[in-house]
Amino acid sequence: MEEKEKLTIVVFSGDLDRALAAFMLATTGASMGMDVTMFFTFWGLNVIKKNEGGWKSKGIMRKMLGVINRGGSKRLTLSKFNFLGAGTWMMKQLMKDTKMPSVEEFIRMAKEMGVKLVACTTTCGVMGLPADAFRGEVTSMAGAAFFLGEARKSKTTLFI
Amino acid sequence: MKTDKTLDCVGLYCPMPIVKTAAKIKELKVGEVLEVVSDDVGIKQDMPAWCEATGHECLGMEQTGAEIKSYVKKKHD
Repeated sequence: MEEKEKLTIVVFSGDLDRALAAFMLATTGASMGMDVTMFFTFWGLNVIKKNEGGWKSKGIMRKMLGVINRGGSKRLTLSKFNFLGAGTWMMKQLMKDTKMPSVEEFIRMAKEMGVKLVACTTTCGVMGLPADAFRGEVTSMAGAAFFLGEARKSKTTLFI
Repeated sequence: MKTDKTLDCVGLYCPMPIVKTAAKIKELKVGEVLEVVSDDVGIKQDMPAWCEATGHECLGMEQTGAEIKSYVKKKHD
């Protein structure tokens, strides 16, 4: 069989709606036999942070950032109509009603389907995030050269 | 149409019918036909596109009311 087509997705956003869109495309791509890599950077790192427990960051500013920008798949909010969490809560109910998987379920599903989840080392460095800030599904940590290396071999590259 | 296995995706929206189809097709032998029942109209475009990408054959679709049945023939392992 010929080599698999590649799909590379940059997840820059830590918004619930955008993360869902990214995972929908990633899981569909994997279903279509594509080799899928998701590259998480900046606020997108919040999607793959552990929901439970903590980690140690160096310096007062990074510690503060860790508090106001805790992240974790269960803490993501909508990019619009969040209304202090009420809008996000409502959207999650609607998703349950329509049997749409949550980000949490999507992460596990993507992993089972062989989607590679990669955390950007540069933004991890800036924000003071050690490897243990991330969930077990994260495949590796890498930089821009890795991403571009994947992107240039990909037929489709998306920035979300 | 003679089918070998059925996948019920009623009530599910994109991408779940396709994700489930991709998993289910692994249970079939080459040459067997999978019937996918869905009520998401997106399936009308999605299933032929999935078949084209994966190399399986979309034999056709039948719509009765809101229910859409897609027939997929497994072409390879």
